[in-house]
Amino acid sequence: MSADDAKLLETKGLTKVFGTLRANDQVDFDIRPGEIHALLGENGAGKSTLVKMLFGSLQPTGGIIEWRGEPVTVPSPSVARSMGIGMVFQHFSLFEALTVAENIALSMEPDVKTSQVAERARELSKQYGLPLDPDALVGDLSVGERQRIEIIRCLMQDPSLVILDEPTSVLTPQEADTLFETLFRLRDEGRAILYISHRLEEVQRLCSRATIMRHGKVVDICDPREETAATLAARMVGAELQDIRPAPVSLEAAPVILSVRGLSLAPDNPFAVALKNINFDVHSGEVLGIAGIAGEGQGEFFSALSGEVEQLPTGGTIELRGNDLSALNISERRKKGAAFVPEERHGHGAVTGMRLTDNMLLARHKSDQDSFQSGGGLGVIVRSAIRSATDRVNAAMDVRKGAPDPNAGSLSGGNLQKFIMGRELDRQPALLVVNQPTWGVDAGAAGHIRQSLVDLAASGSAVIMISQDLDEIFSIATRIAVIAKGTLSEPTDAAKMSREAVGLLMTGQTSDRAEVAA
Amino acid sequence: MRIELIKRADASPLFSIASPFIALLLTMIAGVIMFLLLGKDPATGLYTYFVQPLLDTWSLEQILVKATPLALIGIGLAVCFRSGNWNIGAEGQYLIGGAFGAALPVFLPGVDTWVLLPAMVLMGMLGGALYGAIPALLKTRFGANEILTSLMLVYVAQQLVDWLVRVPWRDPKGMGFPGTPSFPSGAQMPKLWQYADAHYGLVLAVVLAIIVWFVLSRTMKGFEIAVLGSSARAGRFAGFSARRMTIFAFCVSGALAGLAGIAEVSGTVGKLDDKLSLGYGFSAIIVAFLGRLNPLGCLAAAFVLALTYIGGENAQIAMGISDRATRVFQGLLLFFVLASDTLIQYQVRIVSTAARSA
Amino acid sequence: MDVWVSIILSVCAASTPLLLAATGELVVERSGVLNLGVEGMMIMGAVCAFAGAQLTGDPFVGALFGIVAGAAFSLLFAFLTLILVANQVATGLALTILGLGLSGMIGEGFVGQPGIKMERIDIPFLSDLPIIGQLVFGQDPIFYASIALVIAVWFFLFRSRKGLQLRAVGDSHSSAHALGIGVLKTRALAIVFGGACAGLAGAHLSLVYVPQWVEGMTAGRGWIALALVVFASWRPGRLIIGAYLFGAVNIAQFHMQAQGFGIPAQFLTSLPYITTIVVLVLIARNRRLTMINTPAALGQPFVPDR
Repeated sequence: MSADDAKLLETKGLTKVFGTLRANDQVDFDIRPGEIHALLGENGAGKSTLVKMLFGSLQPTGGIIEWRGEPVTVPSPSVARSMGIGMVFQHFSLFEALTVAENIALSMEPDVKTSQVAERARELSKQYGLPLDPDALVGDLSVGERQRIEIIRCLMQDPSLVILDEPTSVLTPQEADTLFETLFRLRDEGRAILYISHRLEEVQRLCSRATIMRHGKVVDICDPREETAATLAARMVGAELQDIRPAPVSLEAAPVILSVRGLSLAPDNPFAVALKNINFDVHSGEVLGIAGIAGEGQGEFFSALSGEVEQLPTGGTIELRGNDLSALNISERRKKGAAFVPEERHGHGAVTGMRLTDNMLLARHKSDQDSFQSGGGLGVIVRSAIRSATDRVNAAMDVRKGAPDPNAGSLSGGNLQKFIMGRELDRQPALLVVNQPTWGVDAGAAGHIRQSLVDLAASGSAVIMISQDLDEIFSIATRIAVIAKGTLSEPTDAAKMSREAVGLLMTGQTSDRAEVAA
Repeated sequence: MRIELIKRADASPLFSIASPFIALLLTMIAGVIMFLLLGKDPATGLYTYFVQPLLDTWSLEQILVKATPLALIGIGLAVCFRSGNWNIGAEGQYLIGGAFGAALPVFLPGVDTWVLLPAMVLMGMLGGALYGAIPALLKTRFGANEILTSLMLVYVAQQLVDWLVRVPWRDPKGMGFPGTPSFPSGAQMPKLWQYADAHYGLVLAVVLAIIVWFVLSRTMKGFEIAVLGSSARAGRFAGFSARRMTIFAFCVSGALAGLAGIAEVSGTVGKLDDKLSLGYGFSAIIVAFLGRLNPLGCLAAAFVLALTYIGGENAQIAMGISDRATRVFQGLLLFFVLASDTLIQYQVRIVSTAARSA
Repeated sequence: MDVWVSIILSVCAASTPLLLAATGELVVERSGVLNLGVEGMMIMGAVCAFAGAQLTGDPFVGALFGIVAGAAFSLLFAFLTLILVANQVATGLALTILGLGLSGMIGEGFVGQPGIKMERIDIPFLSDLPIIGQLVFGQDPIFYASIALVIAVWFFLFRSRKGLQLRAVGDSHSSAHALGIGVLKTRALAIVFGGACAGLAGAHLSLVYVPQWVEGMTAGRGWIALALVVFASWRPGRLIIGAYLFGAVNIAQFHMQAQGFGIPAQFLTSLPYITTIVVLVLIARNRRLTMINTPAALGQPFVPDR
């Protein structure tokens, strides 16, 4: 066996059991120096568990890990780093209250001074074209900048193996291109790169080998360049996925459901984004997709539309079918026919420690007051009516659960999201505002949820879908607008938008320049 | 050896009921150790503390007298804690409630009608609610930490009542002792039966426990409390206001503490004096947790806490054990309640380190 | 002039226990843990320090007893909140209730006994210098310890790697865990340090400030220390300002009580507590300051997945 073929890292029969769940089951996997190796799989397929064991954040229940041909145990991330394994996390493991240099220093040997760390970070950031200010507070940085910290932090150790977990999910297409160049450079230096993603086009572009996981097991190892996106997807999911397309709407004919004019909102805390002069219409039958990088004002935009904000918008009007909503609270807006699905399921769209029936009541106690409450002013809860509504939603959305009325927290992400969506759809709302509808949801549930959004629009309602996932935006939106730094671009027909144009708008460039780029 | 916790998918119904009993059992075990350390016979000690007071009517009645304020305050705190607001200044609200209620007979000497007592009870509740509203408003208006402000107000209330009974409200015929003149009969909470010490405050506590239990478990208000208690953000999504809830919860718990105060003043003592602050407001925190924040549970828990008070008095007389041992018992009980509550949400496993690394 | 020196000395004495307890709690809160049991740990420190001094006749051994008692008592809190993930607020209250009871029991035999005072340092010549002699060279050892401790804590938090790790744990325990920092170990050590500081603060009360054992002698100082940490917005340097402000208020109300002025003593006694409330309100109004400085993980339980 030549030196080039030597395996850098190999696992044999690696297994991790959580309670009754086999998160990793007899996983055999290997990676060689100088290769970009994809780890493919749905949410919950076991990718993160595998990677956490390689990086020492989790300990295997069984099986062995070999590093450069020798069996090893990786008791902690610091041991992994000293062995030469570096990791770039999906949900950044960064500390907002600390500076960039302090963040990097935390993963270094204790005798290295923070000032030396800052110096070295500057050098690396020049060397790899990743601009970064070591003295900046992380809390003030954008998502893209934060990822650069993670990459530099990882490179400080001069690792032989770099693990990246869903690195592009938070980037604009342009930022992703820059990242790929960095990755190619690292590969050419002889480092191995383990690239975890569910974005098949990227994997095909970057990787020479792919390990595909499903339900905790390795189902296939292949060369992604010799496959099509469809065949890869089929192996990931274990079935063909249906293609969802919105029915075309003619906007001239369709009545306006929601009309927002000059909406501005002052930030209510130091970390919030101000909304500035937002104008748009949503018509009956359309899905308006709102693209944007995380933290550009999506949460505030959602709150302003839903009426959850404590202070009223500083200006502008929100009209739903001719009713001005701007002075109304969320319950009153619901009564006028609006429905809302927030980004966070746990502790926002649902209370984790409460049963599904209670979570039904959570969003519908006012809109369904007549059937859900009795006793006049006493507000006595009518359990039977709530239970039948819950059963109806669970059946319609195919919510899989272990008990008749389980705690919301015991449902998988996909099933809970289906329940939350179903709770709102069941009311047949004239307007649905949804933030990140399929975030962290398995492909099957994501398909179901997207289909239900398209169906709702087709029935004559209007849907506003805020999403960071451009694939999702392009697959079901009829028109697309981009939110950046609290301003919203002019909604444009989806067919006339390119990914590049949206990407430019996401970084806050003006729409004329986006048109030129398109 | 190490302890591992595994989160349960659903709260364990078994341990939801069993945890207070486990805590009591652990407290008694700790009691055995404490008696041994003190050189006393543990069997006699436990008997004196937890059994003997239940055997004679006089002690039983004293238990009911003490359980009344503990239950009233504990029920209010249960509402407050459930809503996610930390009122630990119930002692202050209890004192101010007592003072507000006492103001009527003090300012209307010679008036003795049946209206007096109900008016005093309402005044007591009003006083407690107003005093409870202070930390609530400081929190909602300015964001000041309610734990610290409500506690600081206890010290202020103690000084205020001390001043009242020593200076402006002091009984001129009281031979210089601090305290108001004794209330007329119309200002005294009637006793449960002739020559009894237990008074109708206990009936109020039972009735209120049932009402609050119904509100918490069956109505929208209870649902709102539960939602805001688990997540302010989900509460906002439901259209509930966390700010209004803070004020509501503090006013309710303050009103109940104030009611306990005026019940104690008008039912047990018959006047306002400098010995009203007995720490019931703090012991009621234990009542609330031992009762698992359930108003009916709080009734039972108040009885248990009152039992330790009377048992402690008996143990002091019979065995020469310091009455401070009672507070140690109460403190331990709260510790064990909190520890046992872990079993509701988690499976606890004790793993030997050797087995783990294998 | 001598009057002012003695006033300043008494302010120092009144401020030292607050500063010590608050410094310990600051480290605890920086690690993301809210321990409301300061009052309980402090009173345990006070009674054990007094007992230690009585038993050995040496106030320094007494102070050591106080430190160990506070630290040992805080272990109860650490076990409940870190291992059993009990609610931190409730557990802190339990610690205070238990501490007040237990100290009363331990101290029962000591009530009314004359204390053994830890004497002020007396350096020949230097302590005799006018004004600064007494202020700089003639105070009790725990006063110097308190100042040294604040500087040491500042250096530890902002100039050492371990301190950086502790701040990281308090900012995001899941990120710290992912990096391989021992979250529970860091927090346990911080809690024990906080307990030791509270114990020393109690020792100062029963060996220097009063010096006697009086049941409940902490009189809410543990709670004021908690408020001071908020006032200082989790910065050690600002703790000194806060602690001395409170010490001054306390001494001022004593002097006013002595002078009479016709103000009821009860109102003057309430003054430190009312000041605390006012200060909490004023600080909280500056939302940016508090939001940015509050450790993000404060009070959040951490259960590692295994």
